[in-house]
Amino acid sequence: MSAPASRGERIARLALIAVAGLVLAFLLLPILAIVPMSFNPTSFLVFPEDGLSLRWYRMLAESPDWTRSFANSLIIAGATTAIATPLGTLAAIGLVNLKSRARPLVVALLGAPLVVPVIVVAIAFYFLFAPIGLTNSFVGLIIAHTVLAAPFVVIVVAASLHGFDGSLLRAGASLGAPPTTVLFRVLLPLIAPGVAAGAVFAFMTSFDETVVTLFLAGPEQRTLPIQMFEGVREQISPAITAAATLLVIASTLLLGSAELLRRRAERLYGPPGR
Amino acid sequence: MKRHWPFALLAPLLVTLLVAFAAPVAMMLMRGVSEQELPAVMPRTAEALRGWDGTALPPDTTAATAANEMRAARRAGTINRVANRLNYDIVGSRSLIFNTAARLDQGAAGSSVPDLARIDPRWGDRATWSAMQHASGTTSSFYLWAALDRRVDPDGRIVGVPSEQAVFVEILLRTFKISAIVALLCIILGYPVAYLVASARPKLANPLLIIVLLPFWTSTLVRTTAWVVLLQTNGVVNGLIQSLGLAQAPLPLLYSRTGVYIAMTHVLLPFFILPLYGVMRQVPPDTLRAARSLGAGPVSAFVRVYFPQTLPGVIAGAVIVFTLALGYYITPALVGGGADQMVSASIAFYTNRSLNWGMAAALSILLVLPLGAVLILGRTLSGWRPI
Repeated sequence: MSAPASRGERIARLALIAVAGLVLAFLLLPILAIVPMSFNPTSFLVFPEDGLSLRWYRMLAESPDWTRSFANSLIIAGATTAIATPLGTLAAIGLVNLKSRARPLVVALLGAPLVVPVIVVAIAFYFLFAPIGLTNSFVGLIIAHTVLAAPFVVIVVAASLHGFDGSLLRAGASLGAPPTTVLFRVLLPLIAPGVAAGAVFAFMTSFDETVVTLFLAGPEQRTLPIQMFEGVREQISPAITAAATLLVIASTLLLGSAELLRRRAERLYGPPGR
Repeated sequence: MKRHWPFALLAPLLVTLLVAFAAPVAMMLMRGVSEQELPAVMPRTAEALRGWDGTALPPDTTAATAANEMRAARRAGTINRVANRLNYDIVGSRSLIFNTAARLDQGAAGSSVPDLARIDPRWGDRATWSAMQHASGTTSSFYLWAALDRRVDPDGRIVGVPSEQAVFVEILLRTFKISAIVALLCIILGYPVAYLVASARPKLANPLLIIVLLPFWTSTLVRTTAWVVLLQTNGVVNGLIQSLGLAQAPLPLLYSRTGVYIAMTHVLLPFFILPLYGVMRQVPPDTLRAARSLGAGPVSAFVRVYFPQTLPGVIAGAVIVFTLALGYYITPALVGGGADQMVSASIAFYTNRSLNWGMAAALSILLVLPLGAVLILGRTLSGWRPI
C-alpha cells in the first residue's frame, strides 16, 4: 500500500471498492429497509409518504398473541441461558485444558449440534419427545434450546480462555486454595467478560430459534419467531415489520455488547493463541 | 488422576449432549433403516415371513397366523399402523388390510391363502406377501430405496417406482443444486468484501466489519421476512427495477427460485466472509510486495501469490455455506414456491402431516451423509478448525 501505485492498480482498487461497496449495501439495506415501513400509518407494505405513525407498535403491544409470544420467548431463552451458560463454561475450561487422545472426539460431540441440519435435530427431538409427552411443553423446548445454545457458549468462553495465564491458577493452588476455590475465586472472575458474552449468545440462540420450536411448541408455547413465521405465511402486515424492527434492535444491542465483552476479554489476557 | 480433571468439567455438557442430542439423532436416523410397524403389531407373521423364500405363495400356516394377528390388531386398534406401512409400498394396500381385518372380525374364514384370497383376490398375488415380507425385517432398506424413488419387486430386483410417485431424486438434486449455487454466489460476492476489509486501514476496517456482522447477528427469520416484504409484486425491489426501466411489468420474484437464491445468499453471505477474512488477516502483506519487487505484475502477483494463500478460507467459507444451505428450511418455505422446496420441507411433511416417520428418517440420512462427506473433505482440503 505504501509503494507508489500504478494507474492500473489505482483503477483496480477503485473497482474493488465499488464492487465490495455494492455487496455491503446488499447485506445492509434489506435489514434497514423494513424499519421505515414499520412506521407506516397505512396497512400497505410501503415506505411511509404522509407522516409516521406508531400504529403497528401499539397493535403489537395491545395484541395478546404478540405479548404472550414475547413473554414465552423470554421465559424459554432465560431458562436456556441459565442452564447452558454454566454447562458451556465448565466444558470450555475443561476443553482448553484437555490433553487427551479423546480430544477430537470431544470436539466433534461439542460441535455436532452446530453442524447437523436443524431440521434433523428438530425431528429427532420430536420423535424423542412425542412418546413421553414433552412436545407442547416448556420443559421440552428448554432442553432442546439448551442443546443448541451450549456449543456457542463453549466456543465463546474457550476463545476468551486462550491466552489466559495459567500461572495464576497454579499460584492460587500453591497458596493452598482447593480447586473449587481456585475456580470460583480466581478463574471465573477473570474470565467473567467471556462468560457474559457466552450467555448473550446462548440467549440469542434460543430467542431466535425457529425450526425446532415449530416442531415442539404447542399453542401455549408459541414464541416470537413462531408468531412471526405464521404471520409471514398467512397474512403479512406492517405489524410484522414492526416486530422485525424490534428484533433487529434487540439483537444488535445484545450481540454488539457481547462482541465488546469478547474483545475486552481478549485485551485482558493479550491476543488469542498466546 | 490429576490429568483427568478436565473431563470432570466437560462431563455435565458431554452427558447432556449424549443423552439429549446424539442418542435421539441416532435413534431417529435408525428409523430410516429399520421396520417399526409389522414386527411390533404382527410379530408372529413377521417372523414367519422372514423365513419365507418368496418364490411361490407362502404356506397356509403363515396365512392363518396373519389372519389371526390382523383380527387381533383390529380389535386392539393397531391395524392402521400395518395398513399405512403396506400402503407406502403398494398404493391401495390400506383398504386391503382394513377390509380383510373387518371381514375376518365378522367371522370370515382365514385359515389358508385361498381363504384370504376369497376375501380379496390380492391375497392370491405374490406381490402382496412380498410387500409384507419387506416390512417384516428388523433392518430394512425399504425407506432408503423409497427415498431414491426405487422399490424392491417380488423377485428381489430394484425397480423404479411409478413416475407419479418419483419425486425424491428431483428434490434431493434440487437441494444440492440450490446449495451449490448459493455457495458459488457467496464466493463471488464475498471475496471482494473480505479482501477490502482485510486490506483496509484498521480505522476503516472496523466499521466495514460491523456491516458484515450486523446481518450475522440478525436472526434468519427477520432477514427472510425482510425479503418477503421487499420481493412482493408491488414491493421495493420491483419498484426499483421498474423505475430503472429494466422491466415493464412487475417480476414474480417472491415464491420463485430467483427469490430463494437472493434471500439465501443474503442470509448465508456473512458465514462466508467472516472465515475468509480471518484467513486473509493471517496472510503476510510482505509476500505480495516481495512478488511485485521481483517483477510480477499486479494481476500475476495476486493470482499466483495472494489468492493461493487465501484458498483455505475460500474452501472453509464455501463448505460452511453449502452445508448450512443443504438443511435450510425457513427461507425456502417463506420465499420459495412449491417447485423451490428443498429436502427439509419433505422431511417436515413426512414428520408432521403424513406421519411416515421412516420416510422422514431416510430422507434425513440422505441429507446427513453427503453433508458429513463434504465437511470432512472441506476440513482436509482447508485444514480449517472451527474450535
